[in-house]
Amino acid sequence: MNFEEHAAKPLLKAAGIVVPDGGLAISADEAASLAGKIGPCVIKAQVPTGKRGKAGGIALAATPDEARAEAARILQLEIAGFPVNSVLVEQQVPIKKEFYAAVLNDSDTKGPLLLFSAEGGMDIEEIAEKHPDALVRLPIDIREGLNRKAIESALPPIDGVNREALVDTLEKLYEAYIRNDAELMEINPLVTTQDGRVIALDCKFSLDDSAIRRHEELARSGAPDKLTELEQRGQDIGFKYIELEGSVGVLSNGAGLTMTTMDAISHYGGEPANFLEIGGNAFVLGKQALEVVLGNPRVKSLLINFCGAIARTDVMTGGVLEAWDDVDPQVPVFWSISGTGEDEAKAMLKEKLGTAPYPTMDEAVKAAVEAVQ
Amino acid sequence: MIVHGNESVLVQGITGTQATFWSERMKEYGTQVIGGVNPKKAGTQHLDLPVWGSAEDAAKDQEAVIDCSCVIVPPPGVKSSVLDALDAGIKKLVILTEHVPVHDVMYFLAAAREAGASVIGPNTAGIVTPGECFVGFMPAFNERVFKPGSIGVISRSGSLGTLVCLDMVQAGFGISAFIGIGGDPVIGTTTRDALQCLDEDPKTQAVALVGEIGGGMEEEAAEYAKGMNKPIVSFMAGAASPPGKKMGHAGAIVMGDKGSYAGKKKALEAAGVSVLPTPSMLPGALKELLPA
Repeated sequence: MNFEEHAAKPLLKAAGIVVPDGGLAISADEAASLAGKIGPCVIKAQVPTGKRGKAGGIALAATPDEARAEAARILQLEIAGFPVNSVLVEQQVPIKKEFYAAVLNDSDTKGPLLLFSAEGGMDIEEIAEKHPDALVRLPIDIREGLNRKAIESALPPIDGVNREALVDTLEKLYEAYIRNDAELMEINPLVTTQDGRVIALDCKFSLDDSAIRRHEELARSGAPDKLTELEQRGQDIGFKYIELEGSVGVLSNGAGLTMTTMDAISHYGGEPANFLEIGGNAFVLGKQALEVVLGNPRVKSLLINFCGAIARTDVMTGGVLEAWDDVDPQVPVFWSISGTGEDEAKAMLKEKLGTAPYPTMDEAVKAAVEAVQ
Repeated sequence: MIVHGNESVLVQGITGTQATFWSERMKEYGTQVIGGVNPKKAGTQHLDLPVWGSAEDAAKDQEAVIDCSCVIVPPPGVKSSVLDALDAGIKKLVILTEHVPVHDVMYFLAAAREAGASVIGPNTAGIVTPGECFVGFMPAFNERVFKPGSIGVISRSGSLGTLVCLDMVQAGFGISAFIGIGGDPVIGTTTRDALQCLDEDPKTQAVALVGEIGGGMEEEAAEYAKGMNKPIVSFMAGAASPPGKKMGHAGAIVMGDKGSYAGKKKALEAAGVSVLPTPSMLPGALKELLPA
């Protein structure tokens, strides 16, 4: 779950990191009033995506009138598909130097990884490409936490910075990462000022979806995913549904098998209309799945591909068949069934619809693709 | 990371609905399930097996080393269950639970590394040694899918792994070992670890490597594959998946170039491993590589 800057920065502040004074505004007048209180300011679009500056979503304002005009302009924008509904109005900071800092879950070292670069002001991909040697990577044993000495020895010599304050900030960044079960807690840019302060000018935070249950209150300030109506329905019911551009509907189980079903459709010349999987504990949701997949008007044929491991094909097939008369599919349906519970599933299919599944997934896929051509 | 039929297996969380169903299947198939753990039901019997309050109690009571633990407890309890199993001296852990907080996973993986224990998962469908035993949620008992033989299969996903084993068996092959490594972004046994394990397994003559978009595990495995003599064929799921979206598995997401289908295909092909467009083509490709 991603968080917008205004919802992420308080987490840094709570860990003791300095962030600029400011507030959130949902109208140009509110922005002007905040600017009146804090003086020369920065107006920043609040959307859960990067590259806001390049999209015109960040502006400086010296006076409340300028703040009103810039906020009015930014609140009209749409950035990477997200309409801007609010702006963060923050005090301008006299920047001396920009850095990059982040802590993230690293799959290679299987632990937290601190990233720091004295070359800031660009995104991490760019830093990794342009200044790979300047990127400090410090793996952390999560049982022991982040040791101050380890940070000090990992950091390169950096001119003109209060090193004490920098190390302190990185230590607190790790604290914020741990406290909030972050996948990623990133400060870019982290800046140092003429008077020696170290300040976080931005913050990107994503909460581990598997840890939401122990951060319910925090999760309420997360940015909702951008979902279509059917995707939202899938999420409410409890399975993963992603709407795509094609015409062959997919109902399958298990993430790997469902992706594979889409790959096979594409390999045989068709285009998948969706990703929908009812594996894991969602295998009892066959009925709701059929409704959602056929709710997409682009679907011209439907491929039902079950291969049971934990997910029992008889339970999934039973669910789909139970919904059959209500949903009354108006497109041709192609089945492939194997694995746990397949004999029972095939018997149900025969009894209810008088048909049998295709002997292999590939044959079912080919038939489903041909049906839309 | 292969479990054999003579190894003892503890099921942590044995009294749950899924755990009950699959523990029964494991027992029937030949897995040496010695009992389970549920602190609230310590001292009772379940499936005619003892239930202990902890893995440590189980180990004391057995007066013998427990070889493997299968962890099927709800997500908030996984960390303490794994630490308990490590304290009990168990060296192989198969963690089936999905949605375990990643900070917990990193914690117990660090502890396992220190204890010299191997961890499979979390969020794995388990492992199968056809004809001997299985640990997890796999239809090992279905002979159309898991006939004993000489092909080792690695997969992140249980359903796709099942399909690949089925395709292999339909084509006349048998399976030496199935290793499901799990779909989470941070997991104990990686694709490379599983590949090395099959490389060292005397029963395995060739490997079907089933990967997925996201992360860098397949690229890492490709490095290892360069030095292997056993034939390998592979399939990577996710060629048709849009970038930037999590495709069901939390680990299956392409960010920029990292984790992309193209990158994985390139790395594997550079290691001499062919990457097939659908899993049904794996047996045919393998037949060409193996002596008749």
